[in-house]
Amino acid sequence: MSNLRSLTFDAIIIGGGGAGLRAALELAKSGKKTAVLSKVFPTRSHTVSAQGGITCAIASDDPNDDWRWHMYDTVKGGDYIADQDAAEYMCSEGPKAVFELEHMGLPFSRLDNGRIYQRPFGGQSKNFGEGGQAARTCAAADRTGHALLHTLYQNNLKNDTVFLNEWYAVDLVKNASGDVVGCIAMCIETGEVVHVKSKATVLATGGAGRIYASTTNALINTGDGIGMALRAGFPMQDMEMWQFHPTGIYGAGTLVTEGCRGEGGYLINKDGERFMERYAPNAKDLAGRDVVARSMVMEILEGRGCGEKGDHVFLKLDHLGEEVLGKRLPGIVELSKTFAHVDPAKDPIPVVPTCHYMMGGIPTNIHGQAITMDESGNDHIVNGLFACGEAACVSVHGANRLGGNSLLDLVVFGRAAGMFIEGALNAGIEYLDASESDIESAMKRITRWNESEGGESIPELKAELQDIMQTSFGVFREEKNMLEGVDKLALLRERIANAHLPDKSNAFNTARVEALELDNLMEVAEATAIAALERKESRGAHSRYDYPDRDDVNWLKHSLFFPATKELKKRDVNFKPKTVDTFEPKVRTY
Amino acid sequence: MSNLQVSVYRYNPETDSAPYMQEFQVDTKGRDVMVLDVLHMMKEQDSGLAFRRSCREGVCGSDGMNMNGKNGLACITPLSDVVKNNKLVLRPLPGLPVIRDMVVDMGLFYKQYERIQPYLQNDTPPPAIERLQSPEERDKLDGLYECILCACCSTSCPSFWWNPEKFVGPAGLLQSYRFLADSRDTATSERLSNLEDPFSVFRCRGIMNCVAVCPKGLNPTRAIGKIREMLLADAT
Amino acid sequence: MVTNITSFGRSGLSDWLMQRVSAVILAIYTVFIVAFLLFNPDLDYYAWSGLFNQTWMRIFSLLAFVALAAHAWIGLWTVTTDYLKSTRLRVGVQAVIILGIFVYLVWGIQILWGA
Repeated sequence: MSNLRSLTFDAIIIGGGGAGLRAALELAKSGKKTAVLSKVFPTRSHTVSAQGGITCAIASDDPNDDWRWHMYDTVKGGDYIADQDAAEYMCSEGPKAVFELEHMGLPFSRLDNGRIYQRPFGGQSKNFGEGGQAARTCAAADRTGHALLHTLYQNNLKNDTVFLNEWYAVDLVKNASGDVVGCIAMCIETGEVVHVKSKATVLATGGAGRIYASTTNALINTGDGIGMALRAGFPMQDMEMWQFHPTGIYGAGTLVTEGCRGEGGYLINKDGERFMERYAPNAKDLAGRDVVARSMVMEILEGRGCGEKGDHVFLKLDHLGEEVLGKRLPGIVELSKTFAHVDPAKDPIPVVPTCHYMMGGIPTNIHGQAITMDESGNDHIVNGLFACGEAACVSVHGANRLGGNSLLDLVVFGRAAGMFIEGALNAGIEYLDASESDIESAMKRITRWNESEGGESIPELKAELQDIMQTSFGVFREEKNMLEGVDKLALLRERIANAHLPDKSNAFNTARVEALELDNLMEVAEATAIAALERKESRGAHSRYDYPDRDDVNWLKHSLFFPATKELKKRDVNFKPKTVDTFEPKVRTY
Repeated sequence: MSNLQVSVYRYNPETDSAPYMQEFQVDTKGRDVMVLDVLHMMKEQDSGLAFRRSCREGVCGSDGMNMNGKNGLACITPLSDVVKNNKLVLRPLPGLPVIRDMVVDMGLFYKQYERIQPYLQNDTPPPAIERLQSPEERDKLDGLYECILCACCSTSCPSFWWNPEKFVGPAGLLQSYRFLADSRDTATSERLSNLEDPFSVFRCRGIMNCVAVCPKGLNPTRAIGKIREMLLADAT
Repeated sequence: MVTNITSFGRSGLSDWLMQRVSAVILAIYTVFIVAFLLFNPDLDYYAWSGLFNQTWMRIFSLLAFVALAAHAWIGLWTVTTDYLKSTRLRVGVQAVIILGIFVYLVWGIQILWGA
């Protein structure tokens, strides 16, 4: 396929969301030849939907706040399989990254003294869980993600970053030594396929919530980076860990921020009871998201759900008053009116736990370098491959992410990856060029679709996949159901391999993009299913009827899914932060 | 229950010599779904139908389009808001070149956005913490920073239709004022001097289509008025 | 910044201001003339030319004519730049408009001071 045009960059960043744009900004400032390749115009990325805020100990609401308290909350929230060196890095570097955002122009809401407004979020405490609820989430009303993404895009414009907007990355290109040396990408507008050569390839492709039928995620969240890395043979970490956000709007799946509960809202069942008082007597509605989501499902299963079918609960906000709602939660008022036909100033919003966030992903160190593991359990760096943001598993979120930590993750580790790559490029990187056959093997998939002549339709297969995941790998899981799910997925994989792309035109062919996305959904679903089946315990977001307890003896570990053998291995969690004492695993209560 | 009659603008540059309207029958099962849902149902009938979409909740700005003659976001526009006599006519945003079907080339729109230097400029060294801003100063940014760049406003503006290369357009000007109004921005006079020509701002004739269509309820005309006031104050 | 050499003041701000100031002058002039006609229902040639024989009225009228000329030029210039995309045609039409406005202005002055 030597007729492929090639583009050459020092670094190519795949994904134009918060993490990708933050990494790009760092590299653009350094003058490296960098491009951001994004399948949508960057401000359409899913970061834009983040609402509540960015959690960080900037000591604004409480002048005595301490990043170590934030780190403690993060580790505890992750049910102790967050890597403590990574959590330490994120929480201690966080303030710098947040102040930088403010200096770039992010329009944070303000306190009377002019400092950034912080609101309480779930799982936040002072003094290592001893000092009561903290307010640590820096907010721009309830549009923090939008404000953050636009600010980062604007600053990339200021620094002349090169953008390949509406380009779709198809697969990674590896050289003979197994180093990642670029990718195959398609310009969606023209259909042209090119070989992008790069010394550093950063996967900042975000989440994959679209493997579930009901999700708060954007339609574009199809796990493209995860799929690319799996097909290239790289392992995925903690893929069983999917966060179900307690408050997705019933029926529509759109997100209602945890900030609603931070501002004083609470959940009620059909009897009007504030049921979280029973499940989490101290933190109540601001317990960890996994805890709240499970409690809601328990209420529903025990017959105290609301509505005709008793299949949801209510989020009560009317007691906050129109002024607070208008000032602090204006976006929620809009969304609730549009998608639930409810004015939250008068009536409660019907909500249900909804797939929201992938804690797992491409295992990386704090510099964003992708990691794999050899037979004897030693970590190895994958040359040329980097990941940051939701696509990566550093891991700071462990088995359950705290609200507001995703945006911090994006900017801290996007920035870290950018700084590291700059240093590495300065030191000099030389990899073997990809050969014709290396490029051809990365082209295999798109060629397959382009030559497909009959078979099942893409939307139907996608719907089936989402259905399997929703039924067998939801909030509560159990062996029998998951085994069935794994079998169904194996069959589905065969069917997808023979599915049909009817439209083979070149100009803005969205059907082709959806076909390529379906492959990625399949990869993510399979990794999730096998990891969930194999992790025989309940921890954080992974909750099993048949193994209801946390098993620290066997499972105080990351899971590592290897695509070639479809095996799940265990990888050690880091318990060695550099500047603080280790947080030893304790029983997790709120 | 009769099916919804949908008429959609179709154009594929590879196969069509000219655009045409295609009729679809869509069974919504009587539900008041969003226009975006209807587009997805049509795409199941014809996978070649091209349109942009992402967040499906009105914050990413991908699916701006013209629905029964009015610009808006397909994902937050329920059928009950636009359908008349069981008919729905969908066209791409007016005034921009069509790439395919509902997908327009937004290049000119983005160029005008970039022209107003849409980023904070402050020539003093940043402090170790955040720059302070009072809640009152911050309040001035409300109604400005929320823009999602969907282009519904600019593509409904006759002044932008006639002079898309020279008139910044409502979206760009709203963002321009967002930075002029920011107490942390120190480039005010440079920003103003880039706007005092006869086209950039002054081609606005107060038609207010932008205000009528903005899916986020923002008011570019008011922002343009404020820019004029600032220009006047600066020059006299 | 978009530059344009054919606009009235070479600046959008001055054009815009001129448009508004001239509009106010024209409005006052119109109100004055209408009021004069209303208060003089039996208006004859002598009363009318008597009005225009006064210096202040001639100056006031000249001001209105100049305002009308500026107002018309800015407005028509805008219309031509909106709708006439061919440069040659646009400049041609603009030249005709300028000439027309000039003729009317000179004619107006001649009427005011020529009698």
